[in-house]
Amino acid sequence: MPEKTEKQIVFDKVKDTPPLAVSLYTMDYNKTGSWRNVRPVIDYEKCTGCMTCWKFCPEPAIDAEKYEEDGKEKYKPVIDYEYCKGCGICWVECPVEGAIYTEEEGE
Amino acid sequence: MKLTIPEEEVMGHGHLACQGCGGALAMRYTLKTLGRNTVLSVPACCWSVIDGPFPHSAVNIPVFHTAFEAAASTASGIKAGFEIQGKDVNVVAWAGDGGTYDIGIQALSGAAERNDDIFYICYDNEAYMNTGVQRSGSTPLKAWTTTTPVAHPKDRPKKDLISIMAAHRIPYIATASVAYPEDLTAKLEKAKNIKGTRFLLIFSPCPPGWKADPKNTIKLARLAVETKVFNLLEIENGLDWRITKKIRKPKPVIEYLKLQGRFRHLTEDDVSLIQENVEKEWNILMNKVGE
Repeated sequence: MPEKTEKQIVFDKVKDTPPLAVSLYTMDYNKTGSWRNVRPVIDYEKCTGCMTCWKFCPEPAIDAEKYEEDGKEKYKPVIDYEYCKGCGICWVECPVEGAIYTEEEGE
Repeated sequence: MKLTIPEEEVMGHGHLACQGCGGALAMRYTLKTLGRNTVLSVPACCWSVIDGPFPHSAVNIPVFHTAFEAAASTASGIKAGFEIQGKDVNVVAWAGDGGTYDIGIQALSGAAERNDDIFYICYDNEAYMNTGVQRSGSTPLKAWTTTTPVAHPKDRPKKDLISIMAAHRIPYIATASVAYPEDLTAKLEKAKNIKGTRFLLIFSPCPPGWKADPKNTIKLARLAVETKVFNLLEIENGLDWRITKKIRKPKPVIEYLKLQGRFRHLTEDDVSLIQENVEKEWNILMNKVGE
């Protein structure tokens, strides 16, 4: 199991490398949010919690946050902007009009 | 509302896939279903890059990077090793369409003929995308690639790999699409309980290679099924064909083609030729299904 770390590992010398080319760490250091031109934003007033956006996110940069309401288990999508590449799939696939909208990065 | 696919994320973020990558989505669904008790054998394909540079890996499970032609034989070897150790592990050969349709087909055919207890999953993006969009056996009729430029678009239809695999009489063959994750996970769940070679073809749109908008990845994958360009089916023991997604009112193929830059050069005659070809393939398939 790779160690959870956001540090990037760089070996200085060949003799520092492990004897086998095994993966030791996750890719969490690679903050792919910097690739983004268009930022998707969820309007929680309109969101019904159907989780279609979570289902189709290729990163995955949308987390399914579990919460309880009236004794029922419900889910809420939360976009992780550190890793969202801004492909816009969630925006196109969202079945509720206006529940996900996009804005230009840097606004 | 309940989640329709498994909740656990095995694949981590930070991977190097392009925006809107269908292949990354296919891997996410596969690992969600197969779980952490899985080993991957990956030949040269997009996923050998997406996974990340040594010593980092995005998938959080063991990956064996192997030569282009050897995905299936490497997986067979890994499985044999686990069998000797008495461990029950899902061994998956995970290859693109180049490593399956063209370069890897002899290793795949060998593994299927021996009926080695492995999964072979091909994520089909219809060209050699990793090296810069070269034509493969999977590229559809009249499509643009860098080796079939607009003046000479591809003159041969897509290879019918599913029939080739069915001729091996392996226990389970299925096609799936990233636009239908429930169907994909159900097929993998079924394949998990079958012993022998299990082959899965996952239709994965590639926005840069198809010259399509990244936001349309799922839309394209869904339109491919709705226009009968790509059919969702499963085959048991090579003989029992079954359509898993029946399309009552198929859409005209132009709706699928017009969203992609690789088909922008098509004339009306070309479009009707593609439509004819789709109908012909559908009739051949219907004969096999027996409907």
